[in-house]
Amino acid sequence: MDERRPTPEEMLERAALEEARSGRGRLKIFFGAAPGVGKTYAMLEAARARKRQGADVVIGLIETHGRRDTEVLVEGLEILPSKSIDHRGVTLREFDLDGALVRHPGLVLVDELAHTNAPGSRHLRRWQDVIELIEDGVDVYTTLNVQHVESLNDVVAQITGVHVQETVPDSILDVAAEIELVDLSPDDLLDRLREGKVYIPAQAERAMRNFFRKGNLIALRELALRKTAERVDAQAVEWKREQGIEEPLPTRERILVAVNHRQQSADVVRSGRRMASSLHAPWIALAVETPAFDRLPEEVRDRVSEHLALAEGLGAERLVVRGERVSDEILAVARERNITRIVIGKPTHARWRDWIRGSLIDELVRGSAGVEVVVTSGEKSEREPKRLAGSRRRSRPAEYAWALVPVLSSTLICWVTRPIFNLADQAMVYLLGVLIAASALPRGPSLLAAVASVAALDFCFVPPYFSFAVGDLRYVITFVVMLIVGLSVSRRTVLIREQAEAARQRERRTAALFAMSREFSVEDEANAIARTALTHVRDLTESDAVVLLARDGKELVPLAGEATGLFGTQRELAVARWVFEHGRPAGYGTDTLPASETVFLPLVGAAGTIGVFGVALGQRKADPSPSLRQLLETFVAQTALALERVLLREETSRAKLAIETERLRNDLLSTVSHDLRTPLASITGAAGVLLEKSAPLDEEERRELLETVKEESERLNRLVGNLLDLTRIESGNLRIRKEWVPIEEVVHSAIGRLSERLADHRVLTELPEAVLLAPIDPVLIEQVLVNLLENAAKYSPTRSAITVRAAAAQDAVVCEVMDEGRGIPHGEEQKIFEKFYRVADGRRAEGAGLGLTVCQAILRAHGGTIQAENRREGGALFRFSLPITGETPLVDTEWEEVRS
Amino acid sequence: MNARSVDGPLILIVEDEPQVRRFLRTSLQAHGYRLLEAVTGAEGIRMASQYVPEIVLLDLGLPDVDGLEVTRRIREWSRMPILVLSARGQESAKVDALDAGADDYLTKPFGFAELLARIRVALRHARRAEPGTDEPDFECGPLRVEFDTRRVTVAGAEVHLTPIEYKLLTTLARHSGRVVTHKQLLQEVWGPQNTQDNQYLRVYMTHLRRKLEPAGSSARIFKTEVGVGYRLECP
Repeated sequence: MDERRPTPEEMLERAALEEARSGRGRLKIFFGAAPGVGKTYAMLEAARARKRQGADVVIGLIETHGRRDTEVLVEGLEILPSKSIDHRGVTLREFDLDGALVRHPGLVLVDELAHTNAPGSRHLRRWQDVIELIEDGVDVYTTLNVQHVESLNDVVAQITGVHVQETVPDSILDVAAEIELVDLSPDDLLDRLREGKVYIPAQAERAMRNFFRKGNLIALRELALRKTAERVDAQAVEWKREQGIEEPLPTRERILVAVNHRQQSADVVRSGRRMASSLHAPWIALAVETPAFDRLPEEVRDRVSEHLALAEGLGAERLVVRGERVSDEILAVARERNITRIVIGKPTHARWRDWIRGSLIDELVRGSAGVEVVVTSGEKSEREPKRLAGSRRRSRPAEYAWALVPVLSSTLICWVTRPIFNLADQAMVYLLGVLIAASALPRGPSLLAAVASVAALDFCFVPPYFSFAVGDLRYVITFVVMLIVGLSVSRRTVLIREQAEAARQRERRTAALFAMSREFSVEDEANAIARTALTHVRDLTESDAVVLLARDGKELVPLAGEATGLFGTQRELAVARWVFEHGRPAGYGTDTLPASETVFLPLVGAAGTIGVFGVALGQRKADPSPSLRQLLETFVAQTALALERVLLREETSRAKLAIETERLRNDLLSTVSHDLRTPLASITGAAGVLLEKSAPLDEEERRELLETVKEESERLNRLVGNLLDLTRIESGNLRIRKEWVPIEEVVHSAIGRLSERLADHRVLTELPEAVLLAPIDPVLIEQVLVNLLENAAKYSPTRSAITVRAAAAQDAVVCEVMDEGRGIPHGEEQKIFEKFYRVADGRRAEGAGLGLTVCQAILRAHGGTIQAENRREGGALFRFSLPITGETPLVDTEWEEVRS
Repeated sequence: MNARSVDGPLILIVEDEPQVRRFLRTSLQAHGYRLLEAVTGAEGIRMASQYVPEIVLLDLGLPDVDGLEVTRRIREWSRMPILVLSARGQESAKVDALDAGADDYLTKPFGFAELLARIRVALRHARRAEPGTDEPDFECGPLRVEFDTRRVTVAGAEVHLTPIEYKLLTTLARHSGRVVTHKQLLQEVWGPQNTQDNQYLRVYMTHLRRKLEPAGSSARIFKTEVGVGYRLECP
């Protein structure tokens, strides 16, 4: 039983698929071999059936092509108004995606999945509209012909000779919950065509001569049948896997498709996809950027991105690596990713180039070890465009002039040393000159140096002198060898320099990424992260950028500054919104909303999209290279992770704070209700007895009750005072009014204020000889001393000594209040400063345990500290220190005495 | 008017809290004072000019105008003693009222004995402030100041003071029993154009105390009213 269960990986895969499907609409594709087989008709019939079952069916867009029996089926179904788009004076009718999303029916019918939307629509292609619909939970019925399937595109072209421009990615077939093949035999289809049921007669005639030839139709039908069968097969496998039915597990194939800038590379990608899907294998599309690649014209390099995008659309993982040798990089990736099969296009260049440059295929096959190398052909296509002159930096005339300097120098050296040097030595001197030229100058000038060197050697040092004529045939060999050596030395040297330059650039990018990650790690605030990311991305892309973060899961708010300029416009914000909602990139350079100047990339964290990163790539002069785009994506991914980390922490601390506040409130309520009510109970009780006339009290009893009232009232007053102080300090409403005050004045006034309560203790003061001034708020510091003295009196026996000591320390005044009581229970020296904390030692002492908290708050507000400890000789010691900041003012006291 | 006694000093209470008014009324009438009661500041100003009481007890937290305004309006025409009643934490309001001419203050909650003492001091000063009264020697516990000879003794022993210390002492002695704010002291001792800071005053006060108060004892002559000023209080 156990062995039949799917492996954990399979179960995960399945779960992911289920998850992707849940909450989404179902897509059903009516699939046919050619126009006219009756897909729309079948779709409408199926829709009517659904409607009869009670479904909310709406026609999004139907192309009836004037076919009468189809039009009949449309009747009675709700039709969504189409959107009119004006494009260069022509009004185009388009499917209204927003209308459909607002209407949100149960099922919407959208004909012609492969249709290309009019410019100005949200998406380039209708299939993207459909994806958005099903992501929004709307079921979609649609139609598709086999020639529009991306991976079959080249096959269809080979069969029919017609290259279909409008293709849909194969992945949409995987997304579809159901594919219904609408089949009609070629003969029946041709009959229908003749009867004018497909096209109007004139069109039908032309169609039959071109596309609708019987041979074509048979082939297309076969393709459609096979594609459907492939899918049925896949479903069967899936079903079996689900049921745990033993299945000879397909060997875990992994395919790598090497992509380059040549046009046929697209066909190689499609073959790769076909291979991957028939093997159920994951596949990677790999492009290698070499220094040579960098020298290609921009539009040629762009084709690599197109091919990679195509592969991605077909379900591949895209990858760009940089390296010197294409074969090495491909093999390295193959080893890293456990590739079992490398797919590569057939070479199109002449054979001699392989002799000089080495053959990529040969190198791959030799280095591939266990990996299978598949070489596939593409269609013949136009020759690779010549390197444009402008693509490489044109060498300036001055550089050509400079190239002659080492040649002239070599000539001079050889001339001077003529008597000792023979021809071989002179050739060497010239080669040195070529090397020097190549190490400093671009290609053209260094080649000139090589040729000029040979010419100079011939002219000056080979008899007959001062003539290019060569006397001895032997010298010709010398010249040829020297020319070859010179050319290859200069070429190599230039190449090395260019590679070093490329490496430096790569190094810079890696360093930027590393620097950003490191800066992220020290930031703990979302705005700071955004600022860091923006700085780096702006440097990297040389364009403006913005980070928009979703606050409370809704509003997109710019971080680290305002969304100004371009990013503030309605259009750009709409793109950002779309990206945030769909978690997919859109805008400049993508298939969605490409009219935007900005590309918006979703900031995807572990828990979903948290925001959007916008980069105004459209403002750049040149399109970004694929590797730059990839680096940008990495930057954005890093930013997303860093932001999420910070946001999560903020959320956690907010939650913690909420709990803390709640706990404090509960403490406060219980303490306040207890500590306020207790004295109130005594007061009302005593007052009640005093008012009672029936029980006559003697003078002594009356006095006792009245004293209770007085004492309890004072206790209440102290509690309320502390509560108020604390509230004021904590709410930040308390202004500290610092003045230079002699510390002994505050000590004396505190003792004076407490004279009654301290009457049972001996209060000793140890104050410095000199008048010690400290910058304090005297009212508050007196309160600190009052609270400490009160505490001392409360927790120490009567007639014991309470000592107040003040002394100057390094940049501070230190005050100590000592008692001879029991001291503080061990380990509670810190806790006693907490709100509502009271030493639990069995004694019932009055007060809400706020006194020390107030002290601590006041000292913090002064920038000071307070600690508690037990004295060695017994009793508690509270020590607080007040920093002395600023210059102590000089008070010039006079010495002259009053009496003369 | 709800005066009971016919000949006792007339006190105007300006206070919006009925409970406080009741407590003051019963206790002060029992001590032979005649009472007037005003609930708002405006009413207080009006009654002060109408009945010219011998002393005003003024609450600082009135609902209509603040106590400072009431003090100013009364001081425009009268030197009648004003005793300010305030809650803790209102130090600056207290100081403002005192600097505007209020004579003394009491912090709520206060004891009745304290209130009576303040009223007595205020009345004494008001009566003594009449012109022509020669200043006799000042005595306060062990401290004795002979104004004509400028001799200061503590328990018979002569104490040498600097001119500023002496001036400080005589100023406080003249107001004995009443609080004198920092500002008032600075103005009286250093003159109205003084530019000195409070710390000068504080340092001189510390010196004065060291010279005049018995060391090591808790018996104090000079009481610090933190955040307000000083009071010379005789035991």
